[in-house]
Amino acid sequence: MAQSKIAFDEMRAEDGVRAAYAEIERWLRATPRELLDRKRREAELLFRRIGITFAVYGEGGDPERLIPFDIIPRIIARSEWDRLAVGLRQRVLALNAFLADVYGKQEIIKAGKIPAALVLENEGYRAEMVGITPPGGVFTQIAGIDMVRTGPDEFFVLEDNCRTPSGVSYMLENREAMLRLFPRLCARHKIAPVGRYPEELLTTLKAVAPARAGDDPTVVILTPGPYNSAYYEHCFLADEMGVEVVEGNDLFVQDQVVYMRTTAGPKRVDVVYRRIDDEFLDPEVFRPDSLVGVPGLMGAYRAGNVTLANAPGAGIADDKAIYPYVPEMVRFYLGEEPLLANVPTFLCERDEDRKYVLSNLDKLVVKLAKGSGGYGMLIGPHATKEMRAEFHARILAKPHDYIAQPTLALSTCPTVADQGIAPRHVDLRPFVLSGKEVRIVPGGLTRVALKEGSLVVNSSQGGGTKDTWVLEDEGPDVPMAQSQVQAAR
Amino acid sequence: MLSSTADNLFWAARYAERAGNVARGIGVASRMAAVSARLGDEVEEWRALLTATGGDGGFYRKYEAPTEEATIHWLVFDPDNHSGIIPCFEAARRNGRAVRTALTVDMWEALNDSWNHLRQLTPEAVEGEALPDFLSWVRDRVTLFNGASHDTMLRTEAWRFVHLGMMLERADNTARLLDVRHQLFAQSDDTVADYVQLQAVLRSVSAVRSYQWIYRDRLSAKRVAELLLLRPELPRSLAACHGQVSKTLEAIAEGQGGRRGECHRIAGLLAAELRYGRIEEILDEGLHEFLTRTIARTAELGAAIEEFYIKH
Repeated sequence: MAQSKIAFDEMRAEDGVRAAYAEIERWLRATPRELLDRKRREAELLFRRIGITFAVYGEGGDPERLIPFDIIPRIIARSEWDRLAVGLRQRVLALNAFLADVYGKQEIIKAGKIPAALVLENEGYRAEMVGITPPGGVFTQIAGIDMVRTGPDEFFVLEDNCRTPSGVSYMLENREAMLRLFPRLCARHKIAPVGRYPEELLTTLKAVAPARAGDDPTVVILTPGPYNSAYYEHCFLADEMGVEVVEGNDLFVQDQVVYMRTTAGPKRVDVVYRRIDDEFLDPEVFRPDSLVGVPGLMGAYRAGNVTLANAPGAGIADDKAIYPYVPEMVRFYLGEEPLLANVPTFLCERDEDRKYVLSNLDKLVVKLAKGSGGYGMLIGPHATKEMRAEFHARILAKPHDYIAQPTLALSTCPTVADQGIAPRHVDLRPFVLSGKEVRIVPGGLTRVALKEGSLVVNSSQGGGTKDTWVLEDEGPDVPMAQSQVQAAR
Repeated sequence: MLSSTADNLFWAARYAERAGNVARGIGVASRMAAVSARLGDEVEEWRALLTATGGDGGFYRKYEAPTEEATIHWLVFDPDNHSGIIPCFEAARRNGRAVRTALTVDMWEALNDSWNHLRQLTPEAVEGEALPDFLSWVRDRVTLFNGASHDTMLRTEAWRFVHLGMMLERADNTARLLDVRHQLFAQSDDTVADYVQLQAVLRSVSAVRSYQWIYRDRLSAKRVAELLLLRPELPRSLAACHGQVSKTLEAIAEGQGGRRGECHRIAGLLAAELRYGRIEEILDEGLHEFLTRTIARTAELGAAIEEFYIKH
């Protein structure tokens, strides 16, 4: 996206080092490069030993890869986080209200706030869910909201993830790694802990169990298996919560009740935190060729005998074509003004929007409404004339497949690069849990584009991760920091 | 516990134990080959080892003769040999990885570190003078894994299935090692060659010193057989292993309020036969006959365990 604009540097403001980063800046100046390199190697060894890998099968090369970990933490001050957290809570409440509505009375459609066809004919919409009210009315118990920052007070939501967002294990393991590698640096900051996430997740999952399950419902994590890229995370979360991680074959349904096969015979299951996609959940209802699902699971779900988290059909809320309407959802369901801003988005199926997009292709990012992982995109300012002409034709041929957004100058954080410490673009995925109440662990997954100038943070395309520190205050108390920095410059 | 978890734990332990046993086997065979090279029948040693590890059919489909080089390659690297050291570690790790949550960190690291090392192993690292170091490394890694499970696992069902796999595999291994040299126990003449062979049998189960502690006398075929089959003090004897198998199955049954099946009956029968057997009767029947029967019964027991706990 836009190299033309100057990106906001989270460490260095125009008038010196920002307070939250004062100690980090000092530490970076005081630490010799060799030590950082040694720590970097240690970190890699650590991740390799623990086995925190993501699986890439069928591409050749090492099937178990590490996501590069950058040892310089990303810092967020307390006041910044507090504002984000309130906004995240509001947004996820609205998303859940929207889901309950579109599978229920459809009032937002009747009120004309969102076109019926956009919802009802969307691939993410599951007619099988109409009329089902999950416990607590919650559809997306675990949401990951992708945020980007462009200035001191400018945060934007880039994307909502309401289906099966992953990455939370990195949030937890990155913190563990930092505590092991840099205990003293950590001690000099008041870092809000993230370690309670598994406990909060379990509390959330138990809170949405069917009523008859009682005080101690049986929770399981349903994984597609070791060949899934996030398998490590499934096992990690199960381990941390003390629940079983199961594959489809471990479960069966009898008389609309879900059981798992155990050494002592069948055991009833109440809540399935499923990490497999809707289409594969139940071959009797969705894709009949699914080998990772459980036949009869949807029947048990409809009968209210088991809770699926997240609910099937939750994906309608994070569709790229629905995204522009989220601020409207906040107003419609909560009667509040949205606290988190959307990136302005043009839907090419709207005549007015399309006209604007087609005449401004050199300034915009064009995305497939259904795409993910940074594929099938046109980054206008970087594209050749021919590529723009091609997208021009494609948009005219299938306007509803495309959306467009202005290029954003994502903020940067200091990152270890080959030549030294250099600014690299970052985003942030906080995780929002919704059960009886909304819970947010302070922090999230910071992804960083390791290539100079790159704005693509996806791990499939050369992105790495950083530990994200939400400070309990506005920053470490470092007298003289400012003047020292001035002198050093 | 999830049936599939029990299955993975059971096999992770079995494969790890098997890798260690294969390393023991290679160590003894290469030592014996060095001795018998002077007698001109070193190939016999490798042939015997291939029989003991069970996969000799597969071997002869790929290789012409059991030379040292071919046998070691087959028993260490060859992906077609499910009882080879690297495939065993790979299978143990695969099973362990599938139940990461049921393993302790120490157990996982023992498997994972071994695998990370083995997947970079070059053929030179197991050649000639380097072989003994490699073999003792393998045994160390297996000992580490077994020790980690012993030291760090909660004594719940998960531990019992690990222990069950380890003991069943070990029983099977001891029976096979002994069976390869069963002719040694049929004759009674006392030659130098026999002495070396008896010593090799003891060495393969780390029992040379143990023999002396128990019998304080010259090596005799009958006593070696008794030690490996019937003495409960020797942790790799059939009696000790099957005693543990039966005890472990009983503990699982107790934990489940007394739920028992065919596997408990077979295990109890095997354990009792070894606990109360006499070596004279076994040798009268014929060692080979006895061992063939026991190996078959052990396989039957494995299938019955699977039937009762895993694939119900």
